[in-house]
Amino acid sequence: MTRQCTVTILLSLTTLAWAAEPLPDKVDFNRDIKPILSDNCYACHGPDAGTVKAGLRLDSFEAATKELKSGATAIVPKDTDESELVYRVHTTDADELMPPAESNKSLTAREKALLKQWVAQGGEFAKHWAYVAPKKTAAPKAEQKGFTHNDIDRFILARLKSNGFVPAKEADRRTLIRRLSFDLTGLPPTWGQVEAFVNDKSPDAYAKLVDRLLASPQYGERMAVYWLDMVRYADTIGYHSDNHETKPLYRDYVIDAFNDNKPYDQFTREQLAGDLINDRTGTQLIASGYNRLNMNTREGGSQPKEYTAKYLADRVRNTSTVWMASTLGCSECHDHKFDPFTAKDFYSFGAFFADLEETPVGGQKFTKVPRMEDKAKVAVLEEELAELRKQIAEANLSPGQKTWEAGLQKTLTESSDWQAIKPTSAKSSGGATLKVQADHSVLSTGKNPAKDDYTITLATNLKNITGIRLEALTHESFPRKSLARGNGNFVLTHFSVAKGKSPVKIASATSDYSQANYPVANALKPDAKTGWAGNGHVEAANRTAVFVFEKPLAGGDDTALTITLKHQSQYPNHNIGHFRLSLTTAAEPTIRGGHNLPPVVAAALKQPAVQRDAAQQKAIADHYRTIAPELAEMRKAVAAKAAARDAAINAYPTTLVSTSMSKPRMVRVLPRGNWLDDSGDQVQPAVPGFLQFGQAPEGRASRMDLADWIVAKDNPLTARVFVNRLWAMFHGRGLATPLDDFGAQGTPPTHPALLDWLAIEFMENSWDVKHMVKLMVSSGTYRQSSVSPKAVTDKDPYNLWLARQGRWRLEAEMVRDNALAVSGLLVKTIGGASAKPYQPAGYWAHLNFPKRSWKADAGEGLYRRGLYTYWCRTFLHPSLAAFNAPSREECTVERVRSNTPQQALVLLNDPTYVEAARIFAERILKDGGKTPESRIAFAYQLALHRAPSAAEAKILVGLADKHLKHYQTDAGAADALLKNGAKMADEALDKSKLAAWTSIARVVLNLHENITRN
Amino acid sequence: MSQFDLFPSDVSRRAFLGKAGLGSLGLASLLNPSLLSADRPQIDKWPGILAKPHHKPRVKRVIHLCMAGGASHLETLDYKPKLREMDGKPMPKSITEGQPIAQLQGKRNNLTCLGPQHDFQKFGQSGQHICNLFPHIGSVADDIAVIRSLTTDAINHDPAHTLMNTGTTISGRPSMGSWMLYGLGAETENLPGYCVLISRGGGQDQPVAARQWHAGFLPSRFQGVQLRGKGDPVLYVKRPDGVDADRQRDVVDAVQQLNQLQNAAVQDPEITTRISQYEMAFRMQMSVPELVDISKEPKGVLDLYGAQPGDGSFASNCLLARRLAERGVRFIQLYHRGWDHHGNIKGAMQNTAKIVDQGVAALIKDLKGSGLWEDTLILWGAEFGRTPMAQGSGRDHHIKGFSCWFAGGGIKGGMSYGNTDDFGYNAVENVVHVNDLHATILHLMGVDHEKLTYRFQGRDFRLTDVHGKVLKPILA
Repeated sequence: MTRQCTVTILLSLTTLAWAAEPLPDKVDFNRDIKPILSDNCYACHGPDAGTVKAGLRLDSFEAATKELKSGATAIVPKDTDESELVYRVHTTDADELMPPAESNKSLTAREKALLKQWVAQGGEFAKHWAYVAPKKTAAPKAEQKGFTHNDIDRFILARLKSNGFVPAKEADRRTLIRRLSFDLTGLPPTWGQVEAFVNDKSPDAYAKLVDRLLASPQYGERMAVYWLDMVRYADTIGYHSDNHETKPLYRDYVIDAFNDNKPYDQFTREQLAGDLINDRTGTQLIASGYNRLNMNTREGGSQPKEYTAKYLADRVRNTSTVWMASTLGCSECHDHKFDPFTAKDFYSFGAFFADLEETPVGGQKFTKVPRMEDKAKVAVLEEELAELRKQIAEANLSPGQKTWEAGLQKTLTESSDWQAIKPTSAKSSGGATLKVQADHSVLSTGKNPAKDDYTITLATNLKNITGIRLEALTHESFPRKSLARGNGNFVLTHFSVAKGKSPVKIASATSDYSQANYPVANALKPDAKTGWAGNGHVEAANRTAVFVFEKPLAGGDDTALTITLKHQSQYPNHNIGHFRLSLTTAAEPTIRGGHNLPPVVAAALKQPAVQRDAAQQKAIADHYRTIAPELAEMRKAVAAKAAARDAAINAYPTTLVSTSMSKPRMVRVLPRGNWLDDSGDQVQPAVPGFLQFGQAPEGRASRMDLADWIVAKDNPLTARVFVNRLWAMFHGRGLATPLDDFGAQGTPPTHPALLDWLAIEFMENSWDVKHMVKLMVSSGTYRQSSVSPKAVTDKDPYNLWLARQGRWRLEAEMVRDNALAVSGLLVKTIGGASAKPYQPAGYWAHLNFPKRSWKADAGEGLYRRGLYTYWCRTFLHPSLAAFNAPSREECTVERVRSNTPQQALVLLNDPTYVEAARIFAERILKDGGKTPESRIAFAYQLALHRAPSAAEAKILVGLADKHLKHYQTDAGAADALLKNGAKMADEALDKSKLAAWTSIARVVLNLHENITRN
Repeated sequence: MSQFDLFPSDVSRRAFLGKAGLGSLGLASLLNPSLLSADRPQIDKWPGILAKPHHKPRVKRVIHLCMAGGASHLETLDYKPKLREMDGKPMPKSITEGQPIAQLQGKRNNLTCLGPQHDFQKFGQSGQHICNLFPHIGSVADDIAVIRSLTTDAINHDPAHTLMNTGTTISGRPSMGSWMLYGLGAETENLPGYCVLISRGGGQDQPVAARQWHAGFLPSRFQGVQLRGKGDPVLYVKRPDGVDADRQRDVVDAVQQLNQLQNAAVQDPEITTRISQYEMAFRMQMSVPELVDISKEPKGVLDLYGAQPGDGSFASNCLLARRLAERGVRFIQLYHRGWDHHGNIKGAMQNTAKIVDQGVAALIKDLKGSGLWEDTLILWGAEFGRTPMAQGSGRDHHIKGFSCWFAGGGIKGGMSYGNTDDFGYNAVENVVHVNDLHATILHLMGVDHEKLTYRFQGRDFRLTDVHGKVLKPILA
């Protein structure tokens, strides 16, 4: 897992930037004092009541000004001489100095002075900035021509001026379109788009560009990358065997939500509680899959209770980080050290999720969620089916029906009940003990082998035996009181009958029930991969199968029959546990015995034809249509159509969704997070005590109540947290840092009024995400050049005050997408199953249960955008991982941006990039003119959106010439180079030339500038 | 320690400290190929966050031999004659009640003792009790300090490895190798400072996740790099087909020159780092194949380990561990995955011990012979032990008492520390926690485990979390 570490830098830098400042006239508690107290004092004198030393707490005015047992008082407002705190931080007596030496902490002179000044000014506390609702203030009256495009710039400009900066000039247009394209779509602009924008003289050229990019479907993909990191979306379960558990419907929901500009409050409600919405749509149900994105385990020997506790903690950490930038997760074992969260808050928050149905240890249950197009497909099939049925209903059948009726008269009166036969012996191949019961049934007892074959012998005096019946019977003693001793289900892989040594041929098999994909006909084939199954793990009910002999068996004189039941499926213990065998002499053996006719039809047929009323005639006619030989073809068509419909329903996409149980799991506070300790208090769902506002819901609070609370206008965190992250997306850092901790240990915003203004703007505009994006990228602040004089970068190396734009390396997925886009290989299909591009062989060798290997896709799957790459949590695709894509085991709000040799190896040697280079080279040769110079200019336009300098061109011209000579003398090498990747090289191009220009393309794709957003 | 040194990349560090990056090697030399071939750009080496160690280090590097899956302490290092007497008899409930149990959960009321499946004997001058399946390790008994009272918190493989590597069962924390690189840097410029090798065989192969060598919230440059037995030894280290070393050099040189020109235009220190990293990458493409090619080792050395070049075996990995050690790699981790003996522990122990025994002892002897012994620390052990109770013919996972050993610089050889009860169930004397191992390792590296911290989400994190004590009695 990768995490951001700018936390520290920015924290320290903010402190540093202020350290350079003189002491303020009026100390601001949140800005000046809280960080000092939190960082240096709260470990022993903070909100965690369990670890308070000397009875002193410094997290409220009341506590800090109270006389202590020792007689001293930490803070006596406006009296620095009497205030123990001032003395203790200044003293030179090592025994009395605070913080003490063993804490490894010490205060700077300025921090000491600030504390003293604070006490002198009254020692007042203020509520932590992030827990006070944002206030909208008018933007400062600051204007600068060419810079101030909207109010954002006025807030920024005012601080720039007061800190002695001037904004950088606006970046040139080719930089702007490159920046905007990466920021809003994650893809580079085409050269045509660059030229169009550069030449667009209309006053709203920039606005039009922003609108075009926001409207492109790639916008949703780009935003999804950021969201999927936070919610830890992946294709595998994460723990131990890290099995496949893909949920692309959820991923595509996120893409669509951003593209459709779904309001953020709705987006929030749907994910946390989409399943609880009245008349919820399939989309909302898919969204509720958010609650199921946590890692889970299938490891044998894992204790369900332990993992239930882990999943609860995981959800608390995730939800509180994603929406609240709170480290509530730190309260799993104890009250929070720095923020007012208690351990009870942690478990009460977790209790919101206690209604979720899930499997603590084992595979999770997926839910079918048909999309519109899936439903439409089924509707069409239903319609066609109805039409076929209508044709059958309307067919004229009278001659055939008469013949049929005449032939039936004998059967109607004949008794043909099945006769249960007591086995003379019953043997198990697997070592079970088969006991014959009083009702002639057979019960499997004793050892319960994984696979078992039964050999049953019967002796009968019946003559002209036409069929044999197998009844799989439930039994009290079985799991679920069902049909077998494993999970209750059976799979009969083969059923056969023999008289002596000669097999009795079976013509057909029918059953009263078959599990989907396990029809009874399977039992006639010896294939162990198929069989007849009874769904006994879901439903406990008897299942009956009838096997009709090809021709009647003579029988008589104690004829001995040997019946073999084989259970050789891959599923262990799926052996029929209790069964009975019967024989019949009926002309047409049926499941229940007797004739096959529905009672109404039989009764009607027993009436002389002239006495039948209309209803009876209809009943007979209707029944005949189901068996009429002249309609056989039609019925086949109906069956095929029905099968097609069932297959379409079966193929509905599935995903993990939230399902609310009527009886939620009980949640206790776990002392020190220990899941074995049941001594903690039971808790009900509740939001953290200090953040409660408004009316608490009646009865047990639901996930919907949680969602409502999160997006309530009174919630001080949600809007701020989100706009701050959008800001970071467009400037490389948030106004407040880190992006995932707005608590006491985070750094207060550099521009608090702007952050509040943005938060309120967001809420007042109905949580309109595109509105906020447009506002931010339209600002002059955003449009500044990222290049600025050294004096400015020296003075503000971390760009806290925004006198320039940021420049940073593209994110992992964009690095890939960019190379594919520049070469022209990129496939822009949106959504669908995850893709598998090239991955080094054996990279998954250390996965087990089961062992598996990565099989790269063929065709388009090789060239999809990075966000669709199959996300294996324990072995993430190494190219993405090299560029800091997180494993998504935990929430990642800010990715690290490292700069490592592995990245160089990926860009140089990963077949994805070599192939992209060679296809890029084909473009260069075909469309880049005839001279080396024009070709290099063309390559620069495509990849870097600028012209090369003379010095740059010279280096590449030299290289092209050198490598052309090499590959002309080494045709084998050229050939080999052009075979990297699956796409065939263009035969029309000269191989040595193409190989040489592949080198040039590789150089360009490896340039720092090529993977930099500037 | 100053927070101000903690930067995600060299860029920010340099930007902050005002250090020059590639200053000594000017643009002119970069643009002049003859200079380039003679004088490559220098690698920007990470010196470690600690300007100097907290105290005098005893060792420079660590080799962790991880017996993944959970090697049984009762058939390796913890001799329990009483348990043998109890073989087949019920395990006293007073010992197991209320304790976490893994796969034996359903059999809680019917737990029986399983006596040691192999004999022990005394080895060396010190007379250490070691299972006689390990004659080679026995031959170095006087060099190792056995801990027989180790405990851990997690009873399943994945969280238990996570604790063994990161000091906690919560995912996302840095592994110990990453902490060491972060604190001390590495001594090599041509190889990753933290290398992982994996082998298997002898029993059920448990998965080992890449998170076990992850840098967690530390900058990812401190992440472990897996050296693979098959395929490219380091991912993507092999040049593309049709590109020989000279062609690759040309491409890298052009990239470097163009990046340098760009840097002159925009003054982005990140570019300087990029140039340095490309140089490192290029060197790795030369040094890694040379490193993993053990065919040129003398036959005597290969025989000592029982290694066949290219076989990807544990023995070969032990030999590679020595080669990594001599090339300045800071933290070397060898996993052998065949120790999860839920069934047939008698036969399976025999198999796995045979795979592992010789290489381990050979490594110790070889390190001694090559002068690396005094500043190398070896830790041999698993993520947990196995139950004294039978699970059929095997043993289940066990966390309340198991064994490991240290050897090398700063370690008192030929001793043992701590004990379990007569059943080998609970550690009862000088109880050691995984966090204590970490504290001890850091101590030997010259680091006070309470002082090597990294601030994340507002909290100063340590490898030992809020625990850990240095095991002074085992130190020389």
